Amino acid sequence: MKGYLVLENGQIFEGEKIGSDKETVCEVVFNTGMAGYIETFTDPSYAGQGIVMTYPLIGNYGIIKEDLESTRIWAKAVFVHELAEYESNFRTEGPLEDFLKQNDIPGLKNVNTRKLTKILRDSGTMKGFITTDISNLARIHGEIEKYKVGKVVEEVTCKKVEKYNETAKKQVALMDYGYKKNILKSLLKRNVGVTVYPATTTAEEVLKSNPDGIMLSNGPGDPEDCEFQIENVKKLYDSNVPIFGICLGHQLMGLATGAKTAKLKYGHRGPNHPVKDLETRRVYVTSQNHGYYILDTSINPEIAEVSHINLNDRTVEGLKYKNKNIFTVQFHPEACPGPEDTAYLFDKFIEMI
Amino acid sequence: MSKNNKIKKVLVIGSGPIIIGQAAEFDYAGTQACRELKKEGIEVILINSNPATIMTDKNMADKIYIEPLTVETVKKVIKKERPDSILPNLGGQTGLNLAMELAECGFLDEYNVRLLGTGREGIKNAEDRQSFKDMMESINEPCIASKVVNNVEDAVEFANKIGLPVIVRPAYTLGGTGGGIAYSIEELEEICGSGLRLSRVHQVLIEKCIAGWKEIEYEVMRDSKGTCITICNMENIDPVGVHTGDSIVVAPSQTLSDKEYQMLRTSAIKIISALKIEGGCNVQFALNPNSFEYAVIEVNPRVSRSSALASKATGYPIAKVATKIAIGYTLDEIINQVTGKTYACFEPVLDYVVVKIPKWPFKKFLTASRDLGTQMKATGEVMAIAPNLEMGIMKAVRSLEENLDSLIIPKFKEYTDEEIELKLAKVDNERFFTIAEALRRGFSMDHIHEVTTVDKFFIGIAAKIVRMEKELTENKLTVELLTRAKKYGFTDKVIAKLNGITEKEVHDLRKENDIVASYKMVDTCSAEFEAQTPYYYSSYDDDNEAEDSKNKKKVMVLGSGPIRIGQGIEFDYCSVHGVWALKKQGYETIIVNNNPETVSTDFDIADKLYFEPLTPEDVESIVDVEKPYGAIVQFGGQTAIKLTKALSDMGVKILGTAEVDMDRAEDREEFDKALTNCGILRPKGDTIYTVEEAKEVANRLGYPVLVRPSYVLGGQGMAIAYDDKEIEEYVNEINTIEQEHPILVDKYVMGREVEVDAICDGTDILIPGIMEHLERAGVHSGDSISVYPTQNVELEQEKQIIEYTEKIAKELNVIGILNIQFIISEGKVYIIEVNPRSSRTVPYISKVTNLPMIEIATNVILGQKLKDMPYGTGLYKKSDYICVKMPVFSFEKIKNADTSLGPEMKSTGEVLGVSKKYHEAVLKAFIASGANVSTSGNILITVRDKDKPEMLQVAKKFDKKGFKIYATKGTAEYLKENGIQAKIVEKIWEGKDSILDLIQSGKLNFVINTPTKGKQSGRDGFKIRRMAVECKIPCFTSLDTVNALYKAIEKETKEEDLAVVDITKI
Repeated sequence: MKGYLVLENGQIFEGEKIGSDKETVCEVVFNTGMAGYIETFTDPSYAGQGIVMTYPLIGNYGIIKEDLESTRIWAKAVFVHELAEYESNFRTEGPLEDFLKQNDIPGLKNVNTRKLTKILRDSGTMKGFITTDISNLARIHGEIEKYKVGKVVEEVTCKKVEKYNETAKKQVALMDYGYKKNILKSLLKRNVGVTVYPATTTAEEVLKSNPDGIMLSNGPGDPEDCEFQIENVKKLYDSNVPIFGICLGHQLMGLATGAKTAKLKYGHRGPNHPVKDLETRRVYVTSQNHGYYILDTSINPEIAEVSHINLNDRTVEGLKYKNKNIFTVQFHPEACPGPEDTAYLFDKFIEMI
Repeated sequence: MSKNNKIKKVLVIGSGPIIIGQAAEFDYAGTQACRELKKEGIEVILINSNPATIMTDKNMADKIYIEPLTVETVKKVIKKERPDSILPNLGGQTGLNLAMELAECGFLDEYNVRLLGTGREGIKNAEDRQSFKDMMESINEPCIASKVVNNVEDAVEFANKIGLPVIVRPAYTLGGTGGGIAYSIEELEEICGSGLRLSRVHQVLIEKCIAGWKEIEYEVMRDSKGTCITICNMENIDPVGVHTGDSIVVAPSQTLSDKEYQMLRTSAIKIISALKIEGGCNVQFALNPNSFEYAVIEVNPRVSRSSALASKATGYPIAKVATKIAIGYTLDEIINQVTGKTYACFEPVLDYVVVKIPKWPFKKFLTASRDLGTQMKATGEVMAIAPNLEMGIMKAVRSLEENLDSLIIPKFKEYTDEEIELKLAKVDNERFFTIAEALRRGFSMDHIHEVTTVDKFFIGIAAKIVRMEKELTENKLTVELLTRAKKYGFTDKVIAKLNGITEKEVHDLRKENDIVASYKMVDTCSAEFEAQTPYYYSSYDDDNEAEDSKNKKKVMVLGSGPIRIGQGIEFDYCSVHGVWALKKQGYETIIVNNNPETVSTDFDIADKLYFEPLTPEDVESIVDVEKPYGAIVQFGGQTAIKLTKALSDMGVKILGTAEVDMDRAEDREEFDKALTNCGILRPKGDTIYTVEEAKEVANRLGYPVLVRPSYVLGGQGMAIAYDDKEIEEYVNEINTIEQEHPILVDKYVMGREVEVDAICDGTDILIPGIMEHLERAGVHSGDSISVYPTQNVELEQEKQIIEYTEKIAKELNVIGILNIQFIISEGKVYIIEVNPRSSRTVPYISKVTNLPMIEIATNVILGQKLKDMPYGTGLYKKSDYICVKMPVFSFEKIKNADTSLGPEMKSTGEVLGVSKKYHEAVLKAFIASGANVSTSGNILITVRDKDKPEMLQVAKKFDKKGFKIYATKGTAEYLKENGIQAKIVEKIWEGKDSILDLIQSGKLNFVINTPTKGKQSGRDGFKIRRMAVECKIPCFTSLDTVNALYKAIEKETKEEDLAVVDITKI
């Protein structure tokens, strides 16, 4: 069946409907990864968004459940150039489309994804509506206008505390703003215990358990919308417990300590972003997924200094906090998908605690 | 760290002649390196024995030595030029080996030459089998169970331990020369024996056979600060077992989940970090298709064929960046040329797929085995870029110029299902086509996968193509179906054939409904950033990104496609120079080509690059978008010439010689008329279609006769027939491919062959020089030793040659370049061929005469007159230097290929010897070609009866020099009768100490064997020639070549006494 993506600016992309039959409105973003669609679709940071995959063949290795980065697909819709007809991999558990259906996620295939990407690049991220019926565009634009990604952190976070490896000598508190499973796995692999706290947990409650370190996870949405979390991160900052923040966690720590965030025109989403470690002068290729960033001019040099920058647009990619055992990065050292080159940051964190 | 300012003068070592396993990719890499170094203000000294390359051009380096690539000669260049550094990792294995030898013997230290890029230790650890294994073990990277051995006994012992089959890989050889898979101990003994002989260090690796695993490659870069990036990964459709150079390769990998992708990427980065690579590097992996188990197969610590492919596939200029790293820059200091904004320090992401298919020379070697294994056999490759694999494969298939435009091979129709089943199990050059045929017949995908071990994902791609074939056959062609077929890469011609309508009907339906190709940019970043590089591929999605510039001065140059025997790198040289000349005259240039190894497909050569098949439809789609003012076809070899009519029909002005005049040079009758008009002799002949006609003509002319198809390059299908039986054999062979044009049968005139490249502006001509072939007529000009200036041509005949050149050029209204082949027989000058296009001798003659032929020709094509240029007209002044161009063959790579020389070209490349003295130039050329030039030793002579008198003269010379002569009984007796002692060797069937044993014993310097007629491979002569090739002993099949060798060694000149010549100064 024919399906359409109606963009905020009025442009309409035609394709063939895949996955769920439902209509949905979303913020349309593009991801440039050539492998790793399973990890991408199930990354909670995409909550509220529709993902355009720039790589034209998606679904080649079908669905592999153990590669999920969370329990489900959090993206609201997916747009692909071509959906593989014959998936093949020793771990495959079936076609990708089945998984979309199971998750009730609609999508389009046979979309000119390159053209769509160019529009998003040139005009910036915009909202869109996926449907099979474009007879009433006014209705659709009404839906688009109404839509806001909103406070999605509270949607994606776990509902109750989860504990792993409780007997380990060192214990880390993982603040779940929408964490990717590989953050948890990366910590557990390093023989620490992890307690995952819902994003609605207060700092006091977290600190009550006397964690050796705190991990602020990635997550979706506009960081400025996370008033509660910002307030509590400030308290964590004051606690003197070593902290490592990733992506949204990085932004929240920035906001908590007085820095400002802004929205990127079309975000950084892909596995190939060069990030320079200003201390070693070495460059690492990183996996990224963010639409917001910390403004370097807003950083108080008394509080933090920039430790990493993006080589392409020179935006802040990492901060080191003065007189604190705190460092945060905008990119994803847990990879999945993407390069594992910065996994050493987990080692650094473990050494710190 | 930034540029090292101590580097002021760099020696760049090229890769030498084109051979299988080392082709044009190193000219591309070397050219990028030279240009980059010059841009940095560094003085560049270049040595390369290959005169057909762009890198040996005057504007590429400050000093250029077209000299043998031997340690001895490179030392001489270093002593003379005193460079402070040497760039070893851009000249293929040849360049790397030379640099390593110079470093190991302490010469580089002695002369204070630093090795740029990866250090000695790193190169050794990557190249030496045992060191590599040890290093991998130390960093916990898995290798395949293997052992380095120096003799066959140890190999057998190890194989018994790990179990058969095992793979044999000789150390330090190109393209896996001499390697193979052994399934039995007997096979192991055979392969291992030849592998040991071929290895520079007499060392082979015996390893566990993991055939059937996925073969995955990563192209990686690392700088001196330790920053590592991967440019691209690639997946071979052919699983482990087939050399990657012989595999169909796709980029990026298709069947790897991110877990597998990252696991191998991390491993690759770990490896290059351990090796401390500074520059580009290629890492090959085998991945178990049923688990996460993997093994590192090989690491190449240099740019390679794969890196050229990766560069073209992604738009990331690996060689350029590797050069910058070598002189001290780090990745974050180098700008990404494609976006102009971002840095070279990032990983390209593709929003298209890339398909590479090798081009094999099997049509040239009818007796050769077409099985593929660990020994690479392809001479070149094509690449296609498309939004999906179906289109990528279809585009690549038609780029091959193998008379195929889809996955349908007509002869397969005749096979039974059993035959298809058997063929499926065979790993040969047609495997993917066989898979498609099996699918057509309803074989299940599971079964095909089981038999071939090709991943089901790729079988699925073939299945989708086959399904489309069926749809097109069974249904009326609707707009919807047509659109889908175009998105799968089906050409109008194929659609028409399958649908039973005419091509024009398909074309019209397409145009009426606006189903036209649109072009997408290769931008390294999947459109994330705006790109500035005009590098395009076609798709049938909407949104065309290649805008017509509306420039009236816009010219299209057609490239020459894949490197093959007969159409090599020379034509890329011509295309590139054509583009540069046009640019100089203020023209906007467009190049169309599909060969990823070449300079012409570098995105900064022409103003716009279209990476597309060179077929009429693909070119028309570009013309529709670009609307060029005209096109130049005379530089791109036969590939471009074949497009002349199509271009003309679509209204593109053919610049230079008109289409009708080009035809007159090819059309038998018209050409005869033209010659008659000029009063020029040519061997008598006629055109025929059938065997009967051929016999009639041959008998009328009298045997021997020369038989050949029209419109071919490199003498494909050309042969000398001595009787009716042979005529029958050859004509039938030619007719296995549908002939659009008649077959030519000519009287064979024996004599001296002379060749001329000339430029004509309609009024005057300019001949840079006359070249003489040392082998008599009958040996293809591309396989002959060619000498400039001529040594044996009388003044009278020279005058006639100039006169004839002028007459025929004007008669054929040539505007631009042409090539003429003459025969001088009994004092008379005949023309045998006129090619109104550039030829394979253009690069070399341009270099040695100092005349920029292509630039002059281009200016003439654009309307300028020779008179107004500073070069004069007629024959250009002769050089003081004598230049000898010598062919180089790759026979050892192609099992069972017949090595005897004849009218069909067989050489893959060439070298040049330059000196003021003739014998020195010949000697240099022989050394450069790798021949044994010792002045004493043993030779074996076996010739056909009619060559005996001539052979006697040759034998006398070598006898006098003190060579010991071995001969078969008849020849030995004949020699004895004439006063020359020869040791008799038994013929092959006569017993133990046969010729083959003698050859294998390794005591021969060379073998002289003139072939008896026929192409039968069962003959003794064939076995002798093959054995010589396997044992790396030169085997000469023409007495003229032997005489040339004698000239070279007669004076006993030593290599160290030969002065090196900087050709920029001649």
